[in-house]
Amino acid sequence: MRRSFPSRLLLVHLLVAALFLTLLGRLWQVQILDGERYTQAAVADHVRRVAVPAVRGRILDDRGRPLARNRAAMTVTVDRIALRRQPDQGRATLRRLAALLGRPAAELSARLRPCGPGVGRPCWAGSPYEPVPVAEDVPARKATQIVERPEDFPGVTAEPRPVRDHPRGELAAHLLGYLAPGADGTVAGRDGLEAAYEADLRGRAGSRQVVVDSAGQVLRTLREQPPVPGSTLVTSIDADVQAVTERALERAVRRAGKGGASADSGAAVVLEARTGRVVAMASYPGYDPDVWSGGIEPADYRRLTGAGSPLLARAVQGQWPPASTWKVVSTAAAVGAGSPLTGRYDCPGSYRIGDHSFRNFGGADLGVMDLRRALVVSCDTIFYRFAHQMWLKGDDDPMQRMAEAFGFGARTGVDLPGEAAGRVPDRAWKKAYWERTRDETCRAARTGYPREKDRARAAYLKAVAAENCARGYVWTAGDAANFSIGQGDVLVTPLQLARAYAALANGGTLFSPRVAKEVRDAGGRPLRTITPPVAGRLPVPARTLDYLRRALAGVPRSGTAAAAFAGFPLDKLPVAGKTGTAEAYGAEDTSWFASFAPAGHPRYVVVAVVSRGGSGGEAAAPAVREIWSGMYGLEGHEPALPEGKR
Amino acid sequence: MRNALARPDWRLLAPAAALSLAGVLLVWSATRPRMAAAGEDPQTYLKKQAVNVLTGLVAMAVPARADHGTLRAWTPPAFLASMLSLAAVLTPLGRTVNGAQSWLAVGGLELQPSEPAKLALVLMLAVLLGERPDGGRRPRGPQVLLALAAAALPLGLIMLQPDLGTATVMAATAGGMLVVAGVRGRWLALLAGAGAAGAAAAWFLGLLKPHQVQRLLTFADPMADPQGAGYNAAQALVTVGSGGLFGRGLFRGDQTGGRFVPEQHTDFVFTVAGEELGFAGAALLVALLWAVLWRALRIAREAVTPYATLVAAGIACWLAAQTFVNVGMVIGLAPIVGVPLPFVSYGGSAVVACLAAVGVLVAVRRQAS
Repeated sequence: MRRSFPSRLLLVHLLVAALFLTLLGRLWQVQILDGERYTQAAVADHVRRVAVPAVRGRILDDRGRPLARNRAAMTVTVDRIALRRQPDQGRATLRRLAALLGRPAAELSARLRPCGPGVGRPCWAGSPYEPVPVAEDVPARKATQIVERPEDFPGVTAEPRPVRDHPRGELAAHLLGYLAPGADGTVAGRDGLEAAYEADLRGRAGSRQVVVDSAGQVLRTLREQPPVPGSTLVTSIDADVQAVTERALERAVRRAGKGGASADSGAAVVLEARTGRVVAMASYPGYDPDVWSGGIEPADYRRLTGAGSPLLARAVQGQWPPASTWKVVSTAAAVGAGSPLTGRYDCPGSYRIGDHSFRNFGGADLGVMDLRRALVVSCDTIFYRFAHQMWLKGDDDPMQRMAEAFGFGARTGVDLPGEAAGRVPDRAWKKAYWERTRDETCRAARTGYPREKDRARAAYLKAVAAENCARGYVWTAGDAANFSIGQGDVLVTPLQLARAYAALANGGTLFSPRVAKEVRDAGGRPLRTITPPVAGRLPVPARTLDYLRRALAGVPRSGTAAAAFAGFPLDKLPVAGKTGTAEAYGAEDTSWFASFAPAGHPRYVVVAVVSRGGSGGEAAAPAVREIWSGMYGLEGHEPALPEGKR
Repeated sequence: MRNALARPDWRLLAPAAALSLAGVLLVWSATRPRMAAAGEDPQTYLKKQAVNVLTGLVAMAVPARADHGTLRAWTPPAFLASMLSLAAVLTPLGRTVNGAQSWLAVGGLELQPSEPAKLALVLMLAVLLGERPDGGRRPRGPQVLLALAAAALPLGLIMLQPDLGTATVMAATAGGMLVVAGVRGRWLALLAGAGAAGAAAAWFLGLLKPHQVQRLLTFADPMADPQGAGYNAAQALVTVGSGGLFGRGLFRGDQTGGRFVPEQHTDFVFTVAGEELGFAGAALLVALLWAVLWRALRIAREAVTPYATLVAAGIACWLAAQTFVNVGMVIGLAPIVGVPLPFVSYGGSAVVACLAAVGVLVAVRRQAS
């Protein structure tokens, strides 16, 4: 017995020693050898890097008034990791939060889903470790409840975050653009100036490393790198002129719509003729840019992207045939090609090319006249003859080259995204277009248009298709004639037309227009001045330009815009301009008016277009008149332009 | 010699006291953030555990004064009472915590009868195996059979809760005592074989509850599902591992402060030591436990009667098994089975049982000569 106990006890001793040495060895391994790895895992557990968004730069108008700025909105965010740790995956928390916010719990959980294939909006596109904002602009009372009852809302926080604020509401919505979260979840400018100057406006986000507990509540801050606020963007937009322009455009579209026509959209542009700066730019219909803040509601999104396309910035993205506003280009081209500037030309009721008779507008024979009168009354047949003669001479298309010199058929390079290029059709374009569409055209020529109910129209379309199938690649004299009066396949944007008229008005300098004029740092110090670059010079002698300007000054006095400008104090502000009425088969005409003033020494260009608005004198010219009145304070208006700018 | 033995045994009492004190601090550190987050007094558990330790000191003093005869005389009734309380847990009087029905609520107090049952088992087995009526070296066959029956009773009751951890510790304790008692090697081998066969049968016949199977599977690969079934194991490892050599400092662990480890003041209290005191502190804790065991085994060797040797060795086996299972599960050497860390973990029943065991050791040593 005395021998047995010690030996058996020794066995236990050794066993205990083995077990405890194992523990110590393993402890050494876990804490010292693998300590670094576990420390990293622990840091991943309890340290979160929270991006501190930089305050976005403001967008100011020409006189320093904010068009877009920021305000603090109580934002409720949810930490997805903390939610998932809860026994029911946070369902009860979300239900309570939904009840507090008065929103369906399903919507809140939808906002927390990570975006991916097969996941519809709304969803979270950001980092899985970052708290997800689920509601913005929450009333302070509700935010306080969330903050003060962390046990009821584990993983939920409410904090003020800056959101975009538009003190003038819908004003200049298309110009300013909007913010939306991108593929990586960061909010960025998606349109307009917000997108074009994203790099300046964004600033640099800071970051904060915080220690959180397992419920996602922040315990303390470890490190903080403050954000660099975004720069301020000063534009040449005058908010008052912009307001005048938008109001005039909306009234013109509505008025045209009431008068039996079905006007639906339009655009207007005000440029500084001598600098190429944009003073106002309006597109109709508009929208309220604030619908984007806080994540757009699905219904709003459908409305914005649906019929009517209110998101479309028609001033730079809309394209229409320019119609008679184009005649300044045709005149310059004809004179450049040798037609005498001061010559006299016959304006018959129609002009015959081959077996087709091209009628004057309204079919009237207006007799012999000079070019000034041809522009004032907008004679078509004189330009048909110019075009026909040029077409007969050969294939260098002087009218197209002149159109390109006026900046058509190419983007203006304005500092706005998504600009349309317009179209200057010529022989090469016609051939390429025919080749692209030949199969379809020839099929239509064979089968006709069985679905078209109007039999006359079906027959007409079939005949056109047959002609196009066989000879559609030929740039005909008819095409040239149509081109000379801005009809047919030629397309321009309102901004293109405005800068062309600015070039005409300022003596031949073609600018690449700019909306922004200066970038300042958050403290107000100028960082960069933005000047509209010169894109080219018109290959037109000063004498011709001077002649054209004088000619257009007659249009509101005694020409096609006389009715629209009846009673306008042209002696105080001589306005020069040109109407345009673009015909579209089966739809109401597109109404244009392109103008500049004061006619003798032009300072501004105002262009308006009303789609399906009727003739140029009916819809667009009255809108332009209203804009001029508003800018200069005529006809009982307060002047929108400040003293030194009138 | 008598004088030397009458002096307090500091080599036993000092590490036990240090462990109890460390327990109070670590429990406090583990519960402070939880209580604060729930809007309650962060000192709640500091006070509760201090009371537990004081109660434990009383429970230590009582057996420490007893002589072997008294201990022996009180063992059968104590064992019987312990078995009855274990049985009562299974009745509607019991309360279920973490899947095991192991708590007894008595007049506002919550007791875990399986903790004192371990001490009762040690004392009972020592009585049964320590008799040497014919002066032989080993216990006789009937004695061993009786001891096995006495061990099977609490084991069975605890498996019914079910509490795999406590059952493991009891089985290891009983096994260790059979070894120390001098039971023949053949028999021991047979018993070990039967035990292994029983464990295999329990596994393959599906006698284990799903959460137990899950825990055992998780042990094989704790990182397979770190947010789900493996969360406890993974968080425990990460929290201990992040302590490094000297730790973050008491009360300054971010994993502990952030309440990332569940059950941190009870079964996972070692993670607090790991994170806040580092390898230095955690290893010291292990060393202190080892010191208690070392002392207990020393007392066992110096004891003059087989009974006294078996009591001391039994306590050593119990505390060794429990320490290994607890620390082992925290640092990934054992599956997650809830047993407290002796002296340190929060819990009145556990602390009182451990300190009472120290009292028993004191009593055993006093009559060593």
